[in-house]
Amino acid sequence: MKLPQLTLSSPHLHGDAALDRLMQQVAIALIPAIAVNMWVFGWGVITNIFITLIVSLGSEAIAVALRRRSVAVALSDYSAVVTALLLGLTLPPLSPWWLLVTGSVAAIIFAKHLYGGLGFNPFNPAMVGFVVLLISFPVEMTRWQAPFNPVAFDLGFFGALTYVFSGHLPFDISLDALTMATPLDHLKTGLSLQHNLSEIRSNTEVFGMVAGKGWEWANLAILAGGLWLLYQRIITWHAPVTLLVTLATTALIFNLIDPARYADPLFHLLSGGTILGAFFIVTDPVTGATSVKGRIIFAAGVALIVYIIRNWGGFPDGIAFAVLLMNMAAPTIDYYTRPRVIGHHQEERQP
Amino acid sequence: MKITQRKLWQFKGGIHPDDHKALSNTAATTPIALAPRLFIPLQQHIGAITKPVVTIGQRVLKGELIAEAGGHVSAPIHAPTSGTVSAIDLHPIAHPSALKIPAIIIDSDGEERWTLREELSRPLDLNPHEIRQRIKAAGVVGLGGAGFPAHIKLNPGAHTQIETLIINGAECEPYITCDDRLMREKPLEVILGIQIMRRALSARHVLIGIEDNKPEAAIALQQILQQLGEREIEVVVVPTIYPTGGERQLIQVLTGKEVPSQGIPLDIGVVCQNVATAAHSYAALYKGEPLINRIVTVSGESVVRPGNYEVPFGTPLSELIGAAGGVKGGGAATVIVGGPMMGIPVTDLQIAVTKTTNAILVQPPQPYPVAHHPCIRCGACAASCPAQLQPQQLYWHSRSRDFDKVQDEHIFDCIECGCCAWVCPSTIPLVHYFRFAKSEIWGRERDKAAADIARERHEFRQQRIEREKQERAELMQRKKAALAKKKAGDGGDVKESIAAAVERTKAKKAKLASQEATLESETIATPSEAEAKSNP
Repeated sequence: MKLPQLTLSSPHLHGDAALDRLMQQVAIALIPAIAVNMWVFGWGVITNIFITLIVSLGSEAIAVALRRRSVAVALSDYSAVVTALLLGLTLPPLSPWWLLVTGSVAAIIFAKHLYGGLGFNPFNPAMVGFVVLLISFPVEMTRWQAPFNPVAFDLGFFGALTYVFSGHLPFDISLDALTMATPLDHLKTGLSLQHNLSEIRSNTEVFGMVAGKGWEWANLAILAGGLWLLYQRIITWHAPVTLLVTLATTALIFNLIDPARYADPLFHLLSGGTILGAFFIVTDPVTGATSVKGRIIFAAGVALIVYIIRNWGGFPDGIAFAVLLMNMAAPTIDYYTRPRVIGHHQEERQP
Repeated sequence: MKITQRKLWQFKGGIHPDDHKALSNTAATTPIALAPRLFIPLQQHIGAITKPVVTIGQRVLKGELIAEAGGHVSAPIHAPTSGTVSAIDLHPIAHPSALKIPAIIIDSDGEERWTLREELSRPLDLNPHEIRQRIKAAGVVGLGGAGFPAHIKLNPGAHTQIETLIINGAECEPYITCDDRLMREKPLEVILGIQIMRRALSARHVLIGIEDNKPEAAIALQQILQQLGEREIEVVVVPTIYPTGGERQLIQVLTGKEVPSQGIPLDIGVVCQNVATAAHSYAALYKGEPLINRIVTVSGESVVRPGNYEVPFGTPLSELIGAAGGVKGGGAATVIVGGPMMGIPVTDLQIAVTKTTNAILVQPPQPYPVAHHPCIRCGACAASCPAQLQPQQLYWHSRSRDFDKVQDEHIFDCIECGCCAWVCPSTIPLVHYFRFAKSEIWGRERDKAAADIARERHEFRQQRIEREKQERAELMQRKKAALAKKKAGDGGDVKESIAAAVERTKAKKAKLASQEATLESETIATPSEAEAKSNP
């Protein structure tokens, strides 16, 4: 379509909103989470992000070049950086290089550019990358390190990088000594063995004050970043608040029915990817719903699916699956939640 | 001075751009020096183009009628100064495609000799019809920007009670201060004009809406209201949010009512007029002066003396910018007719000031637009839209030329205020896409109407051919039957056969006549048939 130049059409003023700054701020909001994750899990967090960043930006550049668009423009929007950071944070620290490469390529090439690039992808790229890996490599994806393991810190950045590429630890210890099941994993296994919730939670190696040991702090750091995004008006409160409230309410109801089997709301809020999902994933404008009502429905749907998967599904956490499922529903949700146009009566929507 | 506090409503959306009003609102309005040659376009309003009533070479006096209204929705045009009509020729107007329309060109004689003016001391004694007639004769149109003939909006019809007359002094666009200066400098004329309008409408009460960034204007009007002891006119200060000055938005803020989509304010018992329209209604009734000049804001970062100027219509922009000291440094600039949010950039400074020219913006040359980022559906545009549209959807469907969907998203409720494009982080020229979609839809509807007519004609022709075929067949049958009967009768009555022959001749004649008639109609129908064939 040929249109005359921008200068020909009003308005001739523009506010100060800019896509690159918006994405930069999302990336900056992830810094506390990265710092705390590193404090909990050591250098493996940094190697993860280091590799996902390089591969994501490289994939973005190649895809954009193949599509004959400006590589500089595409890279300068920082969207690939945000995807890389999110993916790096959600994968187990010290993930092997091929896992990180596969996830990044799946996210950028398959989930994003095969659909037409930024703005045209129906599914959240980071979540697609995560799910591809979770389904394809379940063993590697559940090999999380134990929190506050001194070895993870003693490695140093290059030691960690060496391990990521070679699979050998510099010390005479096997990786199994480093890893253990995540709190949500633990919970699931324990419950399937008919253990009582308080018995399971009494394992202080795994559980901290309200949720997983270390994990609770990581989630609080993500929360700090999320609140900063709210304060900066990069995101609106609708989706995060709805997700948290829905998840907490559902958890509370089941917790009241059977406290021995169903964890309390606070545990659900500070475990797994809840906070990250609430502030950084369901707020993704491209793949989420756009209208205010739509955002609320979208986030509530994610929360319910997460709760179902955590309690009755085959996976310990369900943020990624829930988000992808709701991504599919987003256009429909948007269609049926359009606000009433001024001067119109509430209209009937034709299905 | 206390300004009445009354309950206000808020329209959804809107933006807060820097208003840049201080550039031009500090100095008093100054009349500009008369240009030697004025170019007066024959259309300066919404509605039918005017018909010139002067001839080339004719001498005209200031205020003399030079073009009469071209229809019911139209407004006459008067000579802005005395002089000689030197030509009636095409002249460019402020239009996105630099359209040229006929204009009367007057070489001024510099004498400013007025035609006869009928002054009235008590115009409020006139009945509403007479008031409207005088406003119409003075060529007064809405001076807020759209230029709808004022006398039509002042005619509610016999069965409509006007609850509220809203006077728009909001002036929400950045940089523009002509209404602000008018209200400060001529508050009495504004109020007396409002009284005239209220009388024409028999409106119950009047609300003057002024944004809170113009306290001096609000106070000036309030003082006059107190001096006059006028109780039915109320100054209401409203929050500064762009686009509060939009007719529908201001009505919503002041009354809480929404003007129906496709409807007009009259549908909800409201009429909205601009303050400058009121001031010129005053001039038309009290002083008998037609609308021949207006206050124009000349502002922007690149003009030497930004300010407000009283400009006769027909003055070329070059003269006006020259009167304002010209362009800073004498270099290049972007010139916009209107405000920065809805104005039209022009490419020709011979374009003249008309009734709807409220501002001229002289800005540094705009950078050539770089390719914009893709839409990330952040919804900032939807949140800012005062009509509560979904610009991201409108954009998506406009881009893919899916105009049914565009209409399903109510594109014609878009007022092109530009809020969406202002907030867009991807700097997408959204309004441009919407204008494109609207024009495409209008074009498509025109094509459809033409195709409908062609199809109807084609169907009619098919019917006619079918009917003729049937008639011929029946005739043949009758002939055959007659022949058979004759054979059977075998030399029957001679008289009978003569009568039959006469009958046949008569029928033949009649048929010939009818054939001629159809031949004629067919000749007329031919072009459309060709169209119908090519356009099934």
